Amino acid sequence: MTGTIIQLAYLFAAALFILALRALGQPATARRGMQMAAFGMLVAVCATLLDQRIVTYEWLAVGVIAGAVIGYPMGMWVPMTAMPQRIAFSHAFGALAATLVGVGEYLHGLHEHTLTHGQTLALGFEVLLGTLTVTGSLMAFGKLQEILPGAPVTFRGQNVFNLSLLATGVVCLAWLVVAPFSPQIFLAILVIGFLVGILMVLPIGGADMPVVVSLLNSYAGLAAVATGFALDNNILIVVGALDGASGFILSMAMSKAMNRSFANVLFGAFGAEKGGDGAAASAAGGEMVAIGFDEAAMRLAFAQRVIIVPGYGLAVAQAQHQVRELVGLMEKRGVDVRFAIHPVAGRMPGHMNVLLAEAGVSYDKLVDMEDINDRFAEADVVLVVGANDVVNPAARTNKSSPIYGMPILNVQDSKSIIVLKRGRGKGFSGVENDLFVSPKTNMLFGDAKESIIQLGAEVKLA
Amino acid sequence: MTPTATIQLFVFLLAGFVGFQTISRIPPLLHTPLMAATNAISGISLVAALVLAGAEQSLLSSVLGAVAAGCATANIVGGFLITDRMLAMFKPAKTDIDGAPKQ
Repeated sequence: MTGTIIQLAYLFAAALFILALRALGQPATARRGMQMAAFGMLVAVCATLLDQRIVTYEWLAVGVIAGAVIGYPMGMWVPMTAMPQRIAFSHAFGALAATLVGVGEYLHGLHEHTLTHGQTLALGFEVLLGTLTVTGSLMAFGKLQEILPGAPVTFRGQNVFNLSLLATGVVCLAWLVVAPFSPQIFLAILVIGFLVGILMVLPIGGADMPVVVSLLNSYAGLAAVATGFALDNNILIVVGALDGASGFILSMAMSKAMNRSFANVLFGAFGAEKGGDGAAASAAGGEMVAIGFDEAAMRLAFAQRVIIVPGYGLAVAQAQHQVRELVGLMEKRGVDVRFAIHPVAGRMPGHMNVLLAEAGVSYDKLVDMEDINDRFAEADVVLVVGANDVVNPAARTNKSSPIYGMPILNVQDSKSIIVLKRGRGKGFSGVENDLFVSPKTNMLFGDAKESIIQLGAEVKLA
Repeated sequence: MTPTATIQLFVFLLAGFVGFQTISRIPPLLHTPLMAATNAISGISLVAALVLAGAEQSLLSSVLGAVAAGCATANIVGGFLITDRMLAMFKPAKTDIDGAPKQ
């Protein structure tokens, strides 16, 4: 009877989780949806406590209370700018939970002599994926938090070495399935998983972390699926599949937005191949034309339609609030202002949207690349803040350019362009940007935050 | 293959398909909340950790279970809180005092 109640509670929770993800499709319904999911979680957890296999509550109470105490600050105190490393860190937590459950179940099966081949396959898969997600996520966290050097660390034969290590792990897994009662092999899988996680993220540069974080999301999900298979627990399979799908979709979207194949991000060690032909001759030539604050502000203040393109530089300068103030001043004068958000504008999928929403920009003004690209032609002024490669027209026109084919914002179609930029340097990919030397473009050099404050002051006077 | 394993594979396949369809529709605007949300939801492994921690199989199992329960709970609590915090920031365009949308 209790078994049935538990299963029904899980079914209910699974339905709520799927509905919650559906509600996430629109900002207006998203919050309510997630509150429903939290309720579903509560139901599932309470139902589990009825399980007859649970005979003591001390240990689990200790775990849950400690977890809640750790979780609260992770939820309430982490600033939005630190979101990528926060997410990476909690992937490590999730994967560690899956791994420990896997180890516990294996030891139990070993002790009771109940391990079947199928269960061992699921458990082995679970700990292999779990362990590599734990260390991989911690590495990603370290790089994003800048505890570890962000630059890719490479050595000769790295890919061959990593892949053979992973292959060894898979061989151990196969061996374990054939001979389930061999704890040494199980231990070997654990160790290999931990090592693969570290080595896998080592050669990936800080700028590629959005893909890695999404991918680890997917792995954590698959580890949960394996747990579900091993324990015959359908809700773990459902949730793990949702998680895996989400991570997969996001990492594909990120790779596409960066014009890189999946394999290239994972094995490419981008830093190493940089330079070389990277500086392929720019087609147009010409000089950057600087502009003063007063003139730039005048153009913004008397425009009808302005599109702002926020880039990585804006997030680095932490100038979101200043941008929002500037937008407020322009709107007071009747200017129609939108933000054009490139998928890789922040440090993780959708990060820029969160940062701007935090600063108080309403979400109707945050427009995705596909929706805004046709509207650049109508814009009187486009203000590019700290973005470079994502607005480089060479991605469309210059076949020899390394970024050729990358989806970009069609800033060059607009009537005039003002680029806020720290200095005359090149973008992350090291490619010259024809947009900056276009006759339509004026450059405003300086720190993004300072420049925007200055622009705001001038717009106020205009 | 046992009948249980077959059913599990069906569940996995269908859930993966539903997940793929549902999540493809989420706009890039909400991708960061999506990651935080899936993170919170994946804390469901707490149900497995609870059984391990409470089953009194051996001291080691209980400790492993307790640590796993702690990790999963931290993800659930932290994940839902931070998702809610983020989603609360996403506001539609301001409305005037009389409630009419301002253009």
